Amino acid sequence: MGKSIIEKIWDQHIVNEEENKPDLLYIDLQYIHEVTSPQAFEGLRLKGRTVRRPDRTFATMDHNVPTVNRYFIEDDIARKQLDALDQNCKEFGIRLADLDSPEQGIVHVIGPELGLTQPGMTIVCGDSHTSTHGAFGSIAFGIGTSEVEHVLATQTLWQTKPKTLKLEVNGQLGHGVKAKDVILYVIAKFGVDFGTGHIIEYCGEVFRDMSMEERMTVCNMSIEGGARAGLVAPDETTFSYLKGRKYVPKGEEFERCVQDWKSLSSDQDAVYDQEIILDGSLISPMVSWGTNPGMASGVDGKVPTFAEEIIDSKELDRALAYMGLKEGMAITDIPVQHVFIGSCTNSRIEDLRQAAEMIDGQEVHKGVRAMVVPGSQRVKRQAEEEGLDEIFKSAGFEWRESGCSMCLSMNPDAVPSGEHCASTSNRNFEGRQGAGARTHLVSPAMAAAAAIHGKFVDIRKFKQAEQVH
Amino acid sequence: MEPITLYKGRAAVLDRNNVDTDQIIPKQFLKRIERSGFGEFLFYNWRFDEEGKKRPDFELNQPQNQNTSILIAGENFGCGSSREHAPWSLKDYGFDIVIAPSYADIFKSNCMKNGMVPVALTPSEVKHLMEAASAPDYELTIDLPNQTLRDDQGFEASFEIHPYWKEMLVKGWDEISITLQYDKAISAFESRTKAASTI
Ligand code: SF4
Repeated sequence: MGKSIIEKIWDQHIVNEEENKPDLLYIDLQYIHEVTSPQAFEGLRLKGRTVRRPDRTFATMDHNVPTVNRYFIEDDIARKQLDALDQNCKEFGIRLADLDSPEQGIVHVIGPELGLTQPGMTIVCGDSHTSTHGAFGSIAFGIGTSEVEHVLATQTLWQTKPKTLKLEVNGQLGHGVKAKDVILYVIAKFGVDFGTGHIIEYCGEVFRDMSMEERMTVCNMSIEGGARAGLVAPDETTFSYLKGRKYVPKGEEFERCVQDWKSLSSDQDAVYDQEIILDGSLISPMVSWGTNPGMASGVDGKVPTFAEEIIDSKELDRALAYMGLKEGMAITDIPVQHVFIGSCTNSRIEDLRQAAEMIDGQEVHKGVRAMVVPGSQRVKRQAEEEGLDEIFKSAGFEWRESGCSMCLSMNPDAVPSGEHCASTSNRNFEGRQGAGARTHLVSPAMAAAAAIHGKFVDIRKFKQAEQVH
Repeated sequence: MEPITLYKGRAAVLDRNNVDTDQIIPKQFLKRIERSGFGEFLFYNWRFDEEGKKRPDFELNQPQNQNTSILIAGENFGCGSSREHAPWSLKDYGFDIVIAPSYADIFKSNCMKNGMVPVALTPSEVKHLMEAASAPDYELTIDLPNQTLRDDQGFEASFEIHPYWKEMLVKGWDEISITLQYDKAISAFESRTKAASTI
């Protein structure tokens, strides 16, 4: 029986295998950020332990950082957390992309950018969207703070072998349908826990045709479907993205790595615990209407009704009350007062290009506050070189410094209670973007179009109408 | 970690599915650098209104759910963010055990690292417990070594837990000290694989 890429990578990382015990799994790389690490470092200090592989640990500041004037942190407790990370990295000899670093940014944006994330690796971070790094054909998953401490001390984790899920999407995506729509469609169709206990392998034409940025968007949201990790087998797209990046081996060594990485694919006769096959041409641009990422419809669709019984009536009732929506209303009738383009799901250069393209000389609708927060300083510089910042600014968008920003609003960026936000982030949970904030998850193109129209529009019609013009 | 073997307590009911960790402990309370003191912020936006007053209609504010140490909830409990602040706040508030039909993976492992048992029962068993728990003197007993749960009225159910985690919880072991005993194996792995190099 053949093996899937998931099993291959897993097996290559087993340090110890015993009956009645989970596998002791070696972790190649750990990313650290300020929010989920202080207690882990404190734990090490209390026991007099050290960091086993500081050379396989990399830290950044992202969750708490202000995106206007990054050196002016009003919040004392946030400041303390950033200082603690700085101190901890110094004490334990860990590289840190701090606020002064040209490499600073959201942990899941800078890891790939720097070439730290590579095929075949096991990668962890105290953050559930670590699944993003699976786009490179690695097993990457979020962990809690106790596990962060465990990896710092031992570079391993006790893990039971996960189940495998093959998610194949074939065909061609329609015009205006983006990577974000694919993953939202999958989660809306199968629910927020369909992937629990599994690692997903995304395969089929649709993912093969995607750029690395798009694959990262998809893998990022694996956790929104309950899967701790999701991956795409590496291919030429992966290798050419990696070539020349800071931490990727150079010259002949790189060629040797590529040969190695090429062996990372699932065998023809690999068996999965679950298989799902979908037709990509059926996917519409998506908009979430409720309070979890599974509560989403095509932009040409409607908010569900109680009579349809798609969702438990108590849950639907609670979601509609929180979101201030009526059952059965058209998605395109939802007003939008805020637009946030950013987060580890959609803040890379391609995402910004996608959004800028929709603007096309138009202006942000009256009464809408729109902001773009690049995922990293590098993305910001590149966008400025390409003149994207000018497109956004002249259309009326705010252009910010990099960080998590309004994805979870731990910093001063937040949506006021009762107002609707078209957001390219990954979670529309109650209160996520501010107490009472009403989040709608969309692609960057859909978010930019919503900024211009003050409501959701079907960008497929929108573009076509223009072409007729 | 405190060892857990036989546990008896009263249960609170939170009959909601997909309770995410953003609700369990909202982000504005994640800035502390300690592990303790999160209990007062548990379910903050559900428990309190904008002025900081208790919302009387929220389950945990209702009289029958006071002085409880077991939380019974709906499916996919603890989904979303990996924040360990979620189990820290549940534990600090006074919940040592959670009972639900299913859990998000990261939350489940975070619970066990903090000496909390995430008991998974069938949906119908959970439904039964949710109904029964509202009685004033209703108590549940969790027998971790035998992996069973029972009340005083004849209800009994068993639950699954990996033997490794069970042992860890029952003995109250520190996982890192166990793993450090594998130091040789880890070093051997590092010298025979790509982990020999730095990144
Ligand atoms: S951008 Fe949002 S989801 Fe991503 S790491 Fe930051 S807070 Fe988490």
